[in-house]
Amino acid sequence: MTATRAIEDFVDPIWRNNPTFVQMLGMCPTMAVTNTVINGFSMGVTTTFVLVGSAFFVSLFRKSVPNEVRITTSILVIAAFTSLADMFVAALAPTIYKALGAFIALIVANCVLLGRMEAFAQKRPVGRSVLDSLGTGIGFTLGLSCVSAVREILGNGTFAGIHLFGPHFQPMLIFMLPPGGFLALGFWLLFLSYLKARKKGHRRVRLWPVVVTRRKVAA
Amino acid sequence: MLKDLSWILVSAALVNNFTLTLFLGLCSFLGVTGKVSTALRMGAADTFVLVLTSVAAWFLNRFVLGYAPYLRIIAFIVVIAALVQIVEMFVKKVSPTLFRELGIYLPLITTNCAILGLALFQTNRGYNFIQGVAFALGAGLGLTLALTLMGSIRERVELSDSPIFARSMGIVLIIAGCISLAFMGFGGLFSS
Amino acid sequence: MSVPGGHAPKSASLSTEMAADAPPPPDVRPSRLILILCSFGAACGLALALAFEWTQPRIDAHQAMLTEAAVREVLRGPDHFTPLYVSGGTLTATAPAGADPAKLDRVFVGYDQSGKAIGFAIPASGPGFQDNLKLIFGYDPATEQLIGMKLVDQRETPGIGDRIEKDLAFVQEFAGPRAPIEGVKAGRGQGNAHAVDMITGATISSRAVIAIINKRVQALAPALQNYTQQQGGAR
Repeated sequence: MTATRAIEDFVDPIWRNNPTFVQMLGMCPTMAVTNTVINGFSMGVTTTFVLVGSAFFVSLFRKSVPNEVRITTSILVIAAFTSLADMFVAALAPTIYKALGAFIALIVANCVLLGRMEAFAQKRPVGRSVLDSLGTGIGFTLGLSCVSAVREILGNGTFAGIHLFGPHFQPMLIFMLPPGGFLALGFWLLFLSYLKARKKGHRRVRLWPVVVTRRKVAA
Repeated sequence: MLKDLSWILVSAALVNNFTLTLFLGLCSFLGVTGKVSTALRMGAADTFVLVLTSVAAWFLNRFVLGYAPYLRIIAFIVVIAALVQIVEMFVKKVSPTLFRELGIYLPLITTNCAILGLALFQTNRGYNFIQGVAFALGAGLGLTLALTLMGSIRERVELSDSPIFARSMGIVLIIAGCISLAFMGFGGLFSS
Repeated sequence: MSVPGGHAPKSASLSTEMAADAPPPPDVRPSRLILILCSFGAACGLALALAFEWTQPRIDAHQAMLTEAAVREVLRGPDHFTPLYVSGGTLTATAPAGADPAKLDRVFVGYDQSGKAIGFAIPASGPGFQDNLKLIFGYDPATEQLIGMKLVDQRETPGIGDRIEKDLAFVQEFAGPRAPIEGVKAGRGQGNAHAVDMITGATISSRAVIAIINKRVQALAPALQNYTQQQGGAR
């Protein structure tokens, strides 16, 4: 058992160990429902609800569940909370439910959840598990919101429905379409690894492949 | 009826490809190593599990879930986990070499969103038995195609000289975006 | 613990953690395993059943509101309407026994204030450009004219194909033409009672809507005729 402080459990997954940008988990909803900021944010909030709820119960019963059925009970609890989230969102926010579609039900197959249960909630007390899951959920929401911000601003000219540019703005439609999901997240990752490379001391980060340089030297 | 079936199959494989358009099964898609043979084998295993899941989902919907629709997600995930276990044991007995080659991928199919996604989409669209199987076959074909494309491109990318910060998942996603862009060309394939 | 770009297999992580932690625990009796699984399952089932009882009425109410709004829109404001269920080649006022009414194929007949039938609101679906389209249209079998059209669910290209739902001019095209309707390029349908102007740049989506409506009218024509004759004969 490592002796991390409780607050680190909460803050770590928000940025330094962000599930979307660092751990690369939960890719399916990250690209499917991020065509607008509202959708991305709502999916993040729903996933946080399922995360915290499952972590609470999995951690509560971690000592009474034998090892053989550990994963099965985790999956059961996650599936139960996903069903609850599905029903609540359908009843309380039907427009968002229509936009998110089947992906609320797919939260149960989201690698983030089982990963957190296995790595954390099965071993730590309830308070720390809930903090960790809350932090992971906030980090996931942050990741989704970042990707959907890029997609909505460039692909629609709006941010959460508010028009940012004038009527003559021609949006880049591709960002609202499926390839846009891949490209938006890909650009974010490239940008973040560029920052990381600069931070590590590669001051002059090569932006172009070596092939170009070689030709210049030969000429 | 046949036109319906061919539309379902081709739509699931090409027009609404499970990986590139519907964004299901991405964890395995992005984690595939640069080896075409692995991709093909994974695709085959996925297709097998998909067809079995489609049949199981149809049975569940028809006979069990009418009484308790709120148990749908739990029932599906439990059945999928059980199916993957059975397929694992089956492959281990029938072909140990295949089992060793698939290695870690077989248990990972359980959390593959494509399997659960197939069951849920099939339920939402109200497919009957044959339509469901056609849907699963199309989805499996599409998945295999996407995996193979990604695997072969990554094989070449690994041998090329790329800038230091591009040797990360960023490039893989851009590649996936380009493949997805290409697949958009299949839209309108069955126009009247 | 987190492998970049991949995940350690569950069975492997189980065994390594078991080896790293404490001495192996004593064998657990299978009956205890089953008991634990069953109690978890029962608790989950109970929670879900309660949530279902609480949320389902709200979900149904919202769905009914959407259906009502759609029917009123495509029939141009009827006074009231009733559902009819399509079974075989006839329309019946009561659902066939044992089936869930919401899942059956049904149409709605709208009446004006004096109780006269003004038309049928007919849901239909079919393949569009990208994926299936679901729409509802108003149809008067006496004059064979369409009264209105509304898209309920579409997944067409945003900004181009989704104009079949968002372009009011296109939606208005479906008020008045006679079945079977034909799609014509914008502005070229003068004098043709069957013409519907298609959206420039979204021809395939427009054609899909027209085809869906034509197919549905053709499929339901005998049932609608039977019903109208029945009602006419009864009065």
